[in-house]
Amino acid sequence: MTDASQTAAAPVPLSARLDRVGVVVALIAIVGMDWQPFATLKPNRLVSGQGLGLGSALPTFWAAIGIGILSLATILAVLRTGARLRLATGIVSLLMLALLIGLVPAHVVPPDNSFARVSPGAGFWLMALAFAVLTTDAIAKLKLGPLARLLLLAAAIAATALILGSGHWDGLSILKEYATNADKFWREGRQHILLAVASLAAAIVVGLPLGIACHRHATLRGVTLPVLNIIQTVPSMAMYGLMIVPLGLFAASFPIAAQLGIRGIGTAPALIALFLYSLLPVVANTVVGLAEVRRSVVEAAEGMGMTKHQRLMQVELPLALPVILTGIRIVLVQNIGLVTIAALIGGGGFGTFVFQGIGQAATDLVLLGAVPTIALAFTAAVLLDAVIELTERRRL
Amino acid sequence: MIELDHVSRRFGEQLAVDDVSFAVERGTITVIVGTSGSGKSTTLRMINRLIEPTSGTITIDGKDTTAVSGEELRRGIGYVIQGNGLFPHWTVARNIATVPTLLGWDSAKIARRVDELLALFSMKPEDFREKFPHQLSGGEQQRVGVARALAAEPGLLLMDEPFGALDPIIRAKAQEDLLAVQRRLGITVVLVTHDMEEAIHLGDRIAVMDGGKLLQYAPPAEILAKPAPGFVAKLVDGADRPFRLLSLAPVSSIVEPGTAEGPPILETATLRDALSELLWHRRDALPVTAADGSTRGKISLSNLVAHAGGAA
Repeated sequence: MTDASQTAAAPVPLSARLDRVGVVVALIAIVGMDWQPFATLKPNRLVSGQGLGLGSALPTFWAAIGIGILSLATILAVLRTGARLRLATGIVSLLMLALLIGLVPAHVVPPDNSFARVSPGAGFWLMALAFAVLTTDAIAKLKLGPLARLLLLAAAIAATALILGSGHWDGLSILKEYATNADKFWREGRQHILLAVASLAAAIVVGLPLGIACHRHATLRGVTLPVLNIIQTVPSMAMYGLMIVPLGLFAASFPIAAQLGIRGIGTAPALIALFLYSLLPVVANTVVGLAEVRRSVVEAAEGMGMTKHQRLMQVELPLALPVILTGIRIVLVQNIGLVTIAALIGGGGFGTFVFQGIGQAATDLVLLGAVPTIALAFTAAVLLDAVIELTERRRL
Repeated sequence: MIELDHVSRRFGEQLAVDDVSFAVERGTITVIVGTSGSGKSTTLRMINRLIEPTSGTITIDGKDTTAVSGEELRRGIGYVIQGNGLFPHWTVARNIATVPTLLGWDSAKIARRVDELLALFSMKPEDFREKFPHQLSGGEQQRVGVARALAAEPGLLLMDEPFGALDPIIRAKAQEDLLAVQRRLGITVVLVTHDMEEAIHLGDRIAVMDGGKLLQYAPPAEILAKPAPGFVAKLVDGADRPFRLLSLAPVSSIVEPGTAEGPPILETATLRDALSELLWHRRDALPVTAADGSTRGKISLSNLVAHAGGAA
């Protein structure tokens, strides 16, 4: 008892009362709030604009509320507080930012001016980053189960959809770009997902049997994995370029291929390149997953009288599944990013907006391509992580 | 009956099993004992053809094991390995049902059999059916492993170091369970171990192997009393050899007519127990009784000592 009371009486050092992640979050948030413009106002879509601080971008009332809440959140982030409170702080701050940025256009642009553009400034993005880190850190600290994480993801998607649907952000530049490109946006979105998922599906169809064969035959493994490794090191830009000539020749010599849409540029080379990149993670993880199945379990299956096929389907593959799914997660997230570059060879996808935007020096158009790509990759990662954890539960 | 006839197995240059022949009687426990690399596991695995012999033949009840496919053969033979090899992604019930499912039994029959086996190994079916292997203790996992091997009612059970991963107390319990189950079901067991103590305790006959060769194949008493010179002699040599020998025979085997003073000894007790009682109570002889309490005669220290030695 005396020991405990002495410990309690000792002064707690300052470092013990601060949260390490929180300090980083706070530093980023403070830089974003005090030194960087919250929003940018441009006379039209192409010229560079003028930065607006929180005070000048918003009506006084909202500016005061915003500064108050975000400052309080910053202080809460620094202090050692419970994970639930941190999660609530992060979510409230992100919602606050979403609300505030939507209020800017009406405040700074005269109603009759349709050329002026308002976009989120560096301050907004820094704060959004800071509080997103706070939120994800809190989620990690809460050690939520896979289903709870999926629920949070669904809630985040629903909240975003709700804000977009309400029209609260319609005054922002990126949504004005969307308004003029709405049809194309959904078409390229579909194409983006199609390219990422179709190349993944092809990689699974080819990679899984190849991985199983590599597991069984050391010689095949010794040849296959190094080759796939080399493919993986080819820069994506070069890979797309390399596809053009052989596929062009192929289409020229086989008219049927050309009729099917196989050409040097477009969807076909994009799919093939993505497929090639996807093979290594699928094959390698299949090999590793199968190799990790305990020897005694495989031997028991054999000793019970299972055939090779029964052993594979009933014992080896189910036990290797979490590792194989990890490979598939890597591929899907990687592909969603790589598809962006496929736009360069006419493959389509959100990359179309990115490269168009770069060509026109229209940052907002770049964002129209980049933001949904990041959101897609993030969603895929959270989704597959949850699935992997669910399959792992029954594994020793 | 299982007969191995001049069976050899070569791995590359190495002769893992070298011209081994022996026969296992139906309804008995045969223990193959040896150090690692002796060829004992290889010999066991050739019986269910997890490993094919390079030469020689193996017959079970007169039928050559190569007459059917390896899978079909193995479905008819129970198999238990060290560390149990339970399927971690399946429940206890699904694990036990492995072979019946492979054989295409209907689900009601399988469910009945699973409950029957769990009860046989004193595990409450309703408590254990839906558990996963990682939720069981080491001893429970071992029992489920044996239950799984017995699921399709095989006449033959092969066990490869089945108790190797268990701590001593659970191990002793598992050995008693095996003896009880074997007696009850009358199955034939071939068990591999590196532990001579275990071999003497469990085996009706012991096959000692070294360097791929079968050195001696005999009942435990003979192995202890008349070990083949060389490796086997060294293996059984030790201060407790007379006591091991005494532990193999029951009191009833040397009971003499007459009476004696002192606490009575059951005729089913081992000679080792009798020696212990005689020494503790400082007696030259003690009365022997049957389980119902009736007197059977006496056991004397001098007669007991005469049975504790090797060849004179």
